[in-house]
Amino acid sequence: MSVGYQVTSDHQLARLLQIGIVLEEVVEARAYHHHEELDEDTLDEEIRDLLSHAAEESADHRERLEAIIDRLDVDSVPFEEIEALVEAQYGQTKPEDFDGVLYDQLCNEETAYKFYDDVITAIEASDAQFTIDREELVETLAEIREEEADGVEEVTRIMEERE
Amino acid sequence: MNTADQYVKAIYLLQQMENGPASTGALADMMEVSPASANEMIGKLESRGLAEHEKYKGVTLTDDGIVRARDALQTYCIIERFLSNVLDVEEFRAEARELEPVIDGMIADRLDTIIDRNADCPDCFDPETDACKYLDVCGSEAETETEAAD
Repeated sequence: MSVGYQVTSDHQLARLLQIGIVLEEVVEARAYHHHEELDEDTLDEEIRDLLSHAAEESADHRERLEAIIDRLDVDSVPFEEIEALVEAQYGQTKPEDFDGVLYDQLCNEETAYKFYDDVITAIEASDAQFTIDREELVETLAEIREEEADGVEEVTRIMEERE
Repeated sequence: MNTADQYVKAIYLLQQMENGPASTGALADMMEVSPASANEMIGKLESRGLAEHEKYKGVTLTDDGIVRARDALQTYCIIERFLSNVLDVEEFRAEARELEPVIDGMIADRLDTIIDRNADCPDCFDPETDACKYLDVCGSEAETETEAAD
């Protein structure tokens, strides 16, 4: 991220959170399709649990981001539209198009962590007043970031054990 | 995208528009910074082997600088297309400029999985309109790149 980048308005903040929602939706869709399309030899119980947890956690993060956007003074794109678009994209993706499931999951978690980390840094660099309380906002995003960090650790642990 | 990447992207586009080295003044204008700040960054890019500066002529990207600039431009194209196609943002150019510093290449790669992008990206980017040529800059009519991509 560029040094000194700041989030300066509700509008900019909402746009960044919308991007977060899309990233979470992508995680959920990929986890769902891995789960549905790959055979039992590829997906043992540990990986199934991991994907299932990833999908649930992404749904939870998305809802928390949507709840923040709802409290900002902006018009938002209805979530159903994003969901339909992501589903249309992944509905056509064959399992072999995905890289290794664990590697893909690691990329998901790392990307999400990096995203929330950059957004928090940009909010903290700004002295703009948002409609939502800044402390509460940063706290929520930091919690989500922490869960992504836990996800990175979990996937890394499983990958190392299987080497 | 970090600050250095934004600069090499700007130099790349200016070199295309000017058909030669990018002048410091034009670079400062494009980056909306003072000429002194632009000069300082040009020095940093030179020390990293990404650009060469010739007095009274301007700055030119090295081969490494061009590779970096094209990556940055691709990231920028993804942001524009994502804003326009997925979030339906009419003012996607202005918003892409605002968001560019906070959207890392890694995040853009994930966003890229849900947009249709042409194989010629980033050559599809038109520096004159500051937009991918397949995007409608007026925001009225959808682009036609889907057929081209298929």
